[in-house]
Amino acid sequence: MNGFDALYAKAQERIAVLSSLPSTKEESVEQMLEKRGIERRDFMKWAAAITAMLALPSQFTPLFAQAAKLADRLPLIWLHMAECTGCSESLIRSDAPTIDSLIFDYISLEYHETLMAAAGWQAEANLENAMKTYAGRYILLVEGGVPTAMNGQFLTLGAQAKTGLSLVQEAASNAAAIFSIGTCASFGGIQAAAPNPTGAKGVDKVVKQPVINVPGCPPSAENIVGTLMHFLLFGTLPALDLYSRPKWAYGNRIHDHCERRGHFDAGEFVESFGDDGAKDGWCLYKQGCKGPYTFNNCSTERFNQHTHWPIGAGHGCMGCSEPNFWDTMGPLEKPLQSHLIMGLNSTVDKIGTTLLTATVIGIGAHAVASLFMNSKEEKEEKES
Amino acid sequence: MANQRVVIDPITRIEGHLRIEVEIDENNVVQKAYSSSTLWRGIELILKGRDPRDAGLMAQRICGVCTYSHYKAGVEAVEDALGVEPPYNAKLVRSLLNESLYMHDHVVHFYHLHGLDWVDIVSALSADPKKASELAFKYTDLPIATGTDELTAVQQRVKGFVAKGQMGPFANAYWGNKTYKFSPEQNLIALSHYLKALEIQRVAAQMFAIFGAKQPHPQSLVVGGVTCVRDILSPTRLVEWKSKYEIVKDFIERAYYADIVMAAEAYGTEASVLGGVGVKNFLTADAFLLSHTENLFQSGYIKNGDISKVYDIDEMKIEEDVTHAWYKGDKPLQPYDGVTEQNYTGFIDGDTVNGKAKVINPKDKYTWVKAPRYDKSPMEVGPLACLLVNYAHGNAKVQKEVNDFLKRTGLPVAALFTTLGRTAARMLQTKLIADNAIITFNTLVENIKTDDTTYTKFEIDPDKEYKGRFIGEAPRGTLSHWVRIKNGVIENYQAVVPTTWNAGPMDANGEVGPYEASLVGLKLEDPTKPLEVLRVIHSFDPCMACSVHVMDLKGKEISTFKVNPL
Repeated sequence: MNGFDALYAKAQERIAVLSSLPSTKEESVEQMLEKRGIERRDFMKWAAAITAMLALPSQFTPLFAQAAKLADRLPLIWLHMAECTGCSESLIRSDAPTIDSLIFDYISLEYHETLMAAAGWQAEANLENAMKTYAGRYILLVEGGVPTAMNGQFLTLGAQAKTGLSLVQEAASNAAAIFSIGTCASFGGIQAAAPNPTGAKGVDKVVKQPVINVPGCPPSAENIVGTLMHFLLFGTLPALDLYSRPKWAYGNRIHDHCERRGHFDAGEFVESFGDDGAKDGWCLYKQGCKGPYTFNNCSTERFNQHTHWPIGAGHGCMGCSEPNFWDTMGPLEKPLQSHLIMGLNSTVDKIGTTLLTATVIGIGAHAVASLFMNSKEEKEEKES
Repeated sequence: MANQRVVIDPITRIEGHLRIEVEIDENNVVQKAYSSSTLWRGIELILKGRDPRDAGLMAQRICGVCTYSHYKAGVEAVEDALGVEPPYNAKLVRSLLNESLYMHDHVVHFYHLHGLDWVDIVSALSADPKKASELAFKYTDLPIATGTDELTAVQQRVKGFVAKGQMGPFANAYWGNKTYKFSPEQNLIALSHYLKALEIQRVAAQMFAIFGAKQPHPQSLVVGGVTCVRDILSPTRLVEWKSKYEIVKDFIERAYYADIVMAAEAYGTEASVLGGVGVKNFLTADAFLLSHTENLFQSGYIKNGDISKVYDIDEMKIEEDVTHAWYKGDKPLQPYDGVTEQNYTGFIDGDTVNGKAKVINPKDKYTWVKAPRYDKSPMEVGPLACLLVNYAHGNAKVQKEVNDFLKRTGLPVAALFTTLGRTAARMLQTKLIADNAIITFNTLVENIKTDDTTYTKFEIDPDKEYKGRFIGEAPRGTLSHWVRIKNGVIENYQAVVPTTWNAGPMDANGEVGPYEASLVGLKLEDPTKPLEVLRVIHSFDPCMACSVHVMDLKGKEISTFKVNPL
């Protein structure tokens, strides 16, 4: 049986279930689109783009369009833990064209501290109300790591000074699905880097329910929205990797589709920032690029409506969607072979266990090592 | 009757986690106010022992809103320590990125974070779109997104929300509060701009990403220079920046400026926005390289609201006091001598106007934010400080911009020392930056005709000790990073950030910081729905993640933390 046929049938089933749920709103998305001057053609284009991004065949496009129209059935609660709000900022950049944000605000954003008008007691009431009214039906998105040391008191929220830890556990208990948005919620992030003074952890380490990780610092708007779309369409978790990351977004290494890959293969490396190689767009491996060890779709999706991305801008990838990357990938501007961090060597030693594809990387590292040898020999020849 | 306590936690529409408490008398007038940051992350401690070249990227994670400020500060503090001079091109690109950041950040702050304190969305529904469309011409000759058709569409869109009682992020707010002063038509104009600004901020972020790689959290700076050499040498990329810049600048002039003029008219007699400046000392740093010979803004400070004299900053007079912050320590210390041991005392049970809650004990410690002082005095930092100090300096560009605005609105200079003035100052700063960013751009274009260097090589000698700092401006005010390097790694790191200056607690002398001082004397319409407090606090543009990471420079061992893992 064709695997996609089964998936397609599942998606159709899911849409039938969603259709039968009572709407939270009177106006249909179709009416809304029409009212806001968005043509069906643009809408379908958007659905096609989402389909392509999720690496599904084009016959799924109409299903995505259907699923998006049902989007108003899914209330969202977004909680902020120990974070910098960069993931929320990434979310509001969403545009495909402007339909993503449109759909998104239509998804019924019940609680989001950065965007909501209410504050204090009124804000808390909105949260309680949403958790009660939509119990078992809301999607929980968490931004930020969860401080667990000192009984979680490094973060308190609300007039009753609940800990972030207790709040996230409470919200998780009745969620239909939980997404950790960004590396902090997924793996603890910057505050969890050694020596992790606040005992910060990823959400999946503090709740019992399954969690989908959408890491990145921050993840692109496409990865956040695409993950939601998958849930909407299939009603299940997407295929995940070892770290619970959706494979459609995190299934390939940055290196696999890197625009500078040809230079890597040809042994053409930037030897110093700003040198002739840098001007010609050569490979940044020797400047510490962690693209070979990092699973994400930055090299194909880029950021800010495909405007740019770090390797394009001449800086290596720092591995921000990998667990513990601050400790395992540093120094960020040096290749992994050389370690300078003092006092953190114990964490550096863990690098081997954090890398998913040791064999592949072994081959890659070998290739690189031999290229290094070659370029070094050449250099020596020239000098002599 | 004893004073009553009002607790607002969370303060929403900010970056991070902030609690504000006020004590009101029987007439609902604020007698005392307390500002508490309720999250601590400890990033400086984490920086210890790392490669100095990683400082920028790690410090950047302090904040994803002023997402570039800590990156640049971290990189430049290390450059200062190592004695590395980045090439002129790199300096110009960094300035261009900073200008792009402000053009994004301030627009988002006014419309999406602060806007709903001024704009009553429900009121906009009863507006006459045609009248509103005509009214828009009163505030600018070239209105934007205010055609009758557009305003009608905006109104329809929001009507759907309200009619169903399903208002998503707009639910359960303070609509109808008597201190909302816009007419329905004015509310509709501002609401249309709120939606338009969502679109503009995406363009502003793209403009930033052209040289910054991505936004938030750019990745094109390194100690020694910038990495985006291919972008600055590409005519396509340069023109792409310029065209996006034009779009954002256009919005700033035709919407942001106009809306503040409209606010000045509508709120010019509203008492709750005509106070709000309790600490009258203002401090600012140099910012925005335009060319070899010119910075847009100059550093200095003024005292007691006196704009007749500007003083030079002596960085050794910066100290931090932890009397009421959740750290151990008994005297104020200069950042180079800072000590940190966390000492969390939490909240106590208490009564509030909304019932029982956990409240601040003002006699004890009550926040993760320290209290920075300059020469023993609290200082306000931010766009208002920048404008006032530069006005006092005689900065011609600033004087003209401020004078034109005062003339246009009929407001006196004294009106600058208010909540309304602080909000207007942010817009005027944005406009000054938007007007002058093109100078930086043109200087860059001129320079790359003969110079394509973007990076200065350097060595870190593991046998040498280095120390250095960055002092400059971020969207929320004066930012400094202080670093020491030993054995080739970071020995100590400290950031003294804008929101720490503004949101810090009472010091040992009982003197309060700008947030707490700004609320005293404020009268609340309905203490259970304290919109007036939000408006004053939002006018500072709080960024709590920036303020709460603050750790000492010595970075004591982890063993000093009492850790009770679950």
